[in-house]
Amino acid sequence: MDTKRLIIVAVGGQGNLLASRVLSEAALLTDIPVRMSEIHGMAQRGGVVESAIVFGDAESNIISDGEADVLVGFEPLETLRALNKVNSKSVVITNLSPLPPFTVSIGRGVYPDLENLQGLIRAKTSKLIAYDGIALAKEAGNVLALNIVLVGSLIQTGILPVTAENVKEIIKTKTKKAFVDTNLKAFDLGFSAAAGA
Amino acid sequence: MHKLLTENPGEKMILLGNEAIARGAIEAGVAFATTYPGTPSSELSLNLFQMSQESDLYFEYGTNEKVALEVASGAANSGLRTMCMMKHVGLNVAADPLMTLAYVGVTGGFVILTADDPFMFSSQNEQDNRYYGKLSGLPILEPSSVEEAKEMVPYAFDLSEKLKEPVLLRTTTRINHSTGVVTLGEIRPRVTKGDFKKDPFNYVTVPAVSRKLHVRLLENIEKATEISQKSEYNFIKGDGAWGIVCNGVSYSYVADAVKELNIEDKAKILRIGFSCPMPETLIKDFLKGCEKVLIVEEGEPYMEEAIKAFGQEEGLTLPINGKGKELLSRLYEFDPAMIRQCVATYFGVPYTRPVLPDISDVPEMPQRPPNLCAGCSHRATYYAVKKAAEEEGVETIYPTDIGCYTLGFLPPLSMADYVICMGSSVSSSCGFSKATDKKVISFIGDSTFFHSGMTGLASAVFNNHNFTLVILDNSITAMTGHQPNPGVDMENFNLSGYGRISIEEVVKALGVGHITVIRPYKLKKSIDAIKEAINYKGVSVIISQEMCTLYAKSLKKLKIRSFTVSDKCKNHRDCLNEIACPAFFLEDERVKIDPVTCVGCAVCAQICPENAILPLKNKE
Ligand code: SF4
Repeated sequence: MDTKRLIIVAVGGQGNLLASRVLSEAALLTDIPVRMSEIHGMAQRGGVVESAIVFGDAESNIISDGEADVLVGFEPLETLRALNKVNSKSVVITNLSPLPPFTVSIGRGVYPDLENLQGLIRAKTSKLIAYDGIALAKEAGNVLALNIVLVGSLIQTGILPVTAENVKEIIKTKTKKAFVDTNLKAFDLGFSAAAGA
Repeated sequence: MHKLLTENPGEKMILLGNEAIARGAIEAGVAFATTYPGTPSSELSLNLFQMSQESDLYFEYGTNEKVALEVASGAANSGLRTMCMMKHVGLNVAADPLMTLAYVGVTGGFVILTADDPFMFSSQNEQDNRYYGKLSGLPILEPSSVEEAKEMVPYAFDLSEKLKEPVLLRTTTRINHSTGVVTLGEIRPRVTKGDFKKDPFNYVTVPAVSRKLHVRLLENIEKATEISQKSEYNFIKGDGAWGIVCNGVSYSYVADAVKELNIEDKAKILRIGFSCPMPETLIKDFLKGCEKVLIVEEGEPYMEEAIKAFGQEEGLTLPINGKGKELLSRLYEFDPAMIRQCVATYFGVPYTRPVLPDISDVPEMPQRPPNLCAGCSHRATYYAVKKAAEEEGVETIYPTDIGCYTLGFLPPLSMADYVICMGSSVSSSCGFSKATDKKVISFIGDSTFFHSGMTGLASAVFNNHNFTLVILDNSITAMTGHQPNPGVDMENFNLSGYGRISIEEVVKALGVGHITVIRPYKLKKSIDAIKEAINYKGVSVIISQEMCTLYAKSLKKLKIRSFTVSDKCKNHRDCLNEIACPAFFLEDERVKIDPVTCVGCAVCAQICPENAILPLKNKE
């Protein structure tokens, strides 16, 4: 089986752990080998969190620079920062709604211009899917559904050996009951957003 | 029911490495477990703690790793299957009991987990704890994957019982914090009551006894070598004249590299999972079948040294390499591309690494370092201490300690000058204050104080030192994910039957001459109290009491009343520039407070010279 490598970057608290859990549980449904590696610890203290998920036949579960097939960014600056993980054939999916780090407020750095940011990513990869994911999450019923919105887009690209049906199945069985409807809606919104991109 | 107690052999579950190890322990029938929490091992003990609340498994958080290991040794020498877990530097603290427990041995299976942290994702150093195996003479097992980590735990218990000595299970962050598919096995019934048979000539380590025990330990190492030689965890994969020896997560990178470089018919891999004692004959035979050998191990050249020695003993002249300028580093962690490149170069396999994207035109990006939470009481305490020192006009040195509060070293707080290990804030203050004329003010958290701050403080009082210690008492071990410590009210965990120790009483009993308890959100009062403490000649202690905001939130004990910046604001930005609360942001060059992030500690409102920061009246 082909190996597919996914990197997810987010700011602590954005719910990236749930995104990776949903994806790996969905892979398990059809016995697709899946391995994941995460850096937590300081996640709750507002730092950057990164998950690497490897689908298919490989032993490794971390992803070297330039070797991710797809990069999902929950925050535009963090997507840009992770650009060293992808190559000219990779697909990048990013939320465009910024969470400026504190260093910006105290004058230690400037938040990049969003147009410029998208131009840079587009120039270096095969495809960029970018939209205001927070708006879609709100439309689905909860800002916290950003993670599932992005999962929806990711599945639409067809890069991973994971089907939309299986992801929805996991959303129904393994995410919090109260959020199932919101999450299903979020998934569809993300899926369509990617289809239109 | 806790998912790791599921009785359904054959079921597949996606588990975090630490959960997999906890499940392995349950399958092995572990009955007694102790720890002092430390990343990357913390979720392992957390799961056992949770399971202990719904089963007859006994679990306890010790005040430090030495205590945890000693507690566990008592259970293990009463015949119970026992586990003790800690981060790598924790084993330094527990090294004293470890070294002699190796002489004494155990009657029940005893597994000690040490979680190493190459690259120091969350640690102060990246020491390679495999050397503890060599130093103590105890066996070491090292898994290469999450699945294998689970399998190794029952094996480790059996091995411990066979050799009648503790076994070290050594993981790295990329095992503990990785996730994989694990197949559940049978759960062996727990035996929760044991017995201790008196045998002072084997248990009381006076010199005459230890001299005899050391002989036994050396014999045991021989036995362990025999087992290591035949262990299923030391295996050879593939065939060819190129040899690669590897361990831990490096094995996965090597296995992928061999496949990707298409050298499966040329290279054979010797994976070492039972790494202390090294499987001597197995390695010697492996070397004899190779033209050239590469050793791939993160950290120190632990295997390399042994393998080179084995080669020398056999009079072999083949090249054996691992660490070196053109090869592998002793620094940080490895990654798949690095190993692929290294294998290709070493064995002369044509390979061009895919071109990395040129990111030189990406503008410089603002950093996103972790920060104390909005409303974290440490921020308030740091601000108060800083102001007090400024107003007193003293030149300061700020030794600090290990916990969330270490984050206070970042600007704009910049309230940390020195930290080496748990408890060092207190004792290093003694040295700084004697050796310099500066005012030393040090910081330690409640959990760290119980861990190893109390002994330093006793020494400071006895030797009549002169400094101020600020104990940041937020009633929880916050950094590692909110574990209890002896100062914590266990009712917050809905648990009864625990004692509780007052830090103030401890400090009093240790003979500290000047003690003040402050509530850090009350800035003015706090600053005054700190000034007094600073001016006291001798050891003074400030206990700054306020529950960790994040923990209070999780307990639903936080009455959130968000603040807002009113139009009285003259935009001098003192609030922003002095305390770096993550609830602030700039909009159109004006300071704003995010009402969702703000918890209403009101520290900024007390700093604002215009009194422009006010409670938000009608919270939408
Ligand atoms: S977890 Fe608690 S102690 Fe740690 S930074 Fe957050 S509020 Fe402060």
